[in-house]
Amino acid sequence: MAKKNTVPSTLLNGLITENPTFTLMLGMCPTLGVTTAAMNGIGMGLATTFVLVCSNLFISLLRNIIPDKVRIPSYIIVIASFVTMVDLFMQAFLPDLRSALGSYIPLIVVNCIIFARAESFAAKNPPLLSLADGLGMGIGFTISITLLAAIRELFGTGTIFGAQVMPESYQPMGIMTQVPGGFITLGLMMILANAARKSIQKRRAARKEAAA
Amino acid sequence: MSTFLVIVIGQILVNNYVMCQFYGICPFLGVSKRVDTALGMGMAVTFVITIASFVTRLLQFALDALSLQYLQTIVFILVIAVLVQVVESALKKLSPSLYQALGVYLPLITTNCVVLAVAQKNISTGYGLLESTLCGFCAALGFTLALVLLAGIRERMEESEMPTWMKGFPGALIMSGLMAMAFMGFNGLI
Repeated sequence: MAKKNTVPSTLLNGLITENPTFTLMLGMCPTLGVTTAAMNGIGMGLATTFVLVCSNLFISLLRNIIPDKVRIPSYIIVIASFVTMVDLFMQAFLPDLRSALGSYIPLIVVNCIIFARAESFAAKNPPLLSLADGLGMGIGFTISITLLAAIRELFGTGTIFGAQVMPESYQPMGIMTQVPGGFITLGLMMILANAARKSIQKRRAARKEAAA
Repeated sequence: MSTFLVIVIGQILVNNYVMCQFYGICPFLGVSKRVDTALGMGMAVTFVITIASFVTRLLQFALDALSLQYLQTIVFILVIAVLVQVVESALKKLSPSLYQALGVYLPLITTNCVVLAVAQKNISTGYGLLESTLCGFCAALGFTLALVLLAGIRERMEESEMPTWMKGFPGALIMSGLMAMAFMGFNGLI
């Protein structure tokens, strides 16, 4: 993918090919920690996307100025500044969502997706591409954690985004919104994602053979 | 004395950071392939978290005095990053054998969210200096416990016959789910 770095291909790369949750296995803590309700998933995803886009842009702009030796502390300061901004913003305007997400908002600092993208992409690519990479990765992350959250909310409380979906007679499975449910749901989703990827690869190989 | 006992049991078993609160999942899944590397990682993390809890608690006094609480995240993560660097170079000089054993895991600790989570929880629950340090130490022991347990199970899983689609991360995740269920049994202990 690294060969033809255009804006659309970079965006798509984060969304599907290198989806941070299902292929890179990055940022697992917030992925599992906040996904008890679909709304939390979206909130966490968007907060992370904002930080990811801004930090990628800034680190890419500063990539020729930051000396190699102190790059890790420099990245951490850039990331931590944006996280503090998001945190203060949410405390002021979205206090309910902030208290639902709890300490996971300040912990965006140590979300390895952001750090990994800064190190492996933004430090080597021009600002516009880094921006697209941050956006693609962020949206890919948002979609996958919202999906996970929706599944857990559906089985754990019988609702999606707070709206009743299951029939009244449905007995909610409390375990789904607790810790074990998170691990097991993600494990099952990962099996499906792997199977989907394999079948796509097989189809692509078959097409290539047919063309040859 | 009883508060200390509550902290010890609470941090290691009842509120285990990995199994009951979803912190530190990345190293938990990443470094749990073998028991000996898991132990090494656990030792390195214990070392750093204990010192980090002490230092961040001290710094919070300064932040409170200057009413700069909103800088907490930035200050703490910088302190942790620096601390990891210091521990790394100190170990290199003082105990080369331990440094060799911990190897690549040392720099990885910066992005282990247990470190930052413990530091912040110490402040928000209002622990003093001694309690914070103990809390950090026990939280790290809990992390090590979960890591070594999962590593033990995964070593056995490698040798057993499993469907290929379960191998690797999916299997490890489902196994962690079962472990988390077992840890829920400690709920009524305190």
